[in-house]
Amino acid sequence: MNSVKFLFAAYIATWLIHGFYLGTIVQRFRRLRSQLQQMGKK
Amino acid sequence: MKRLFPVLSVVTAGLLAYALYDALVVAPTDALQGDVYRIIYYHVPSAWTAFLLFFINFVASIQYLVSAKESRRAAAKWIVIAIGVVGVITSFLPPVRQQLTSAGMRPSAMATTIVLIPIFYFLIGKLFPGQKLDVLAVTTAEVGVVFCTVVLVTGPIWARPVWGIWWAPGDIRLTSTLVLWLIYVSYLVLRRFSNSAQTQMLAAALAVFGALDVPLVYFSIWFFRTQHPQPVIGGGGSIDPRMLHVLLLSWTAFLCFAFLVSWSRFRLELLRRDVEDAHALESLAGAEPAKASLPLERSTR
Repeated sequence: MNSVKFLFAAYIATWLIHGFYLGTIVQRFRRLRSQLQQMGKK
Repeated sequence: MKRLFPVLSVVTAGLLAYALYDALVVAPTDALQGDVYRIIYYHVPSAWTAFLLFFINFVASIQYLVSAKESRRAAAKWIVIAIGVVGVITSFLPPVRQQLTSAGMRPSAMATTIVLIPIFYFLIGKLFPGQKLDVLAVTTAEVGVVFCTVVLVTGPIWARPVWGIWWAPGDIRLTSTLVLWLIYVSYLVLRRFSNSAQTQMLAAALAVFGALDVPLVYFSIWFFRTQHPQPVIGGGGSIDPRMLHVLLLSWTAFLCFAFLVSWSRFRLELLRRDVEDAHALESLAGAEPAKASLPLERSTR
């Protein structure tokens, strides 16, 4: 059965999902830290 | 603890790379499916990790719900102990044992699953007191949804070359997994968009109902006719020991990864609550700076 492309698609999809989620976590950390810094400056 | 994070990250990255190498190179090719079966090394560990995270979410939610009153907490403690003891004894009673065996399930697997309930319950209560229970609940729900998404995406990609279809409509395993995902997405939507004082309690109650779907998903392939293959571990099926080794290695790697992601998300949630508290203090103090009142000690953990 020539279905290696499905195998790679599944592996790539998995890491895309995890990568996207990790990206949202980093983004949210940055936003909250900058909010804290702005409040500290006031 | 801060120093532990980079060390664990390096160990996890190494484990994931090693598991990937084993999955693609070391594990033997399946006689029927060919190489596409190797999706199992991402699909199944992701499902197990999602179930574990939802289970932790369930325990944390129960603990949070009963934490308001001492009498409720004591009652819950004894109920959990009773569930553990009765469940384990019941698993080995001859009629139940016979029924489980005929369904292709090992009584020891059932007993182990049940005994995890009191163990997790007391461990989580000890490690996450007070509001940290709620933080743990939202963390595990979110990371669990991510792993469940991986299951729902890799499943159809695997099904297409093997079954000839992307999705089997009406199949209990597939449908219950989709319902599980939808319940926890609703949970996250509720937490994101509701600002009511009772949101945490409502979310905890929803999580308890959501968790009821987990055993349905897990045991559906034993008790219902389904397109999904029968379990190869704990269900009377067989698997090549080399495949089993790679599967367990892959699960270990994904567990470490889930732990790291959950840890980051836990810290993010603490920071978010700190910022919320600081905003509230700022608005209370009017134009006065809230700098002195920032709960920085909590946010830097």
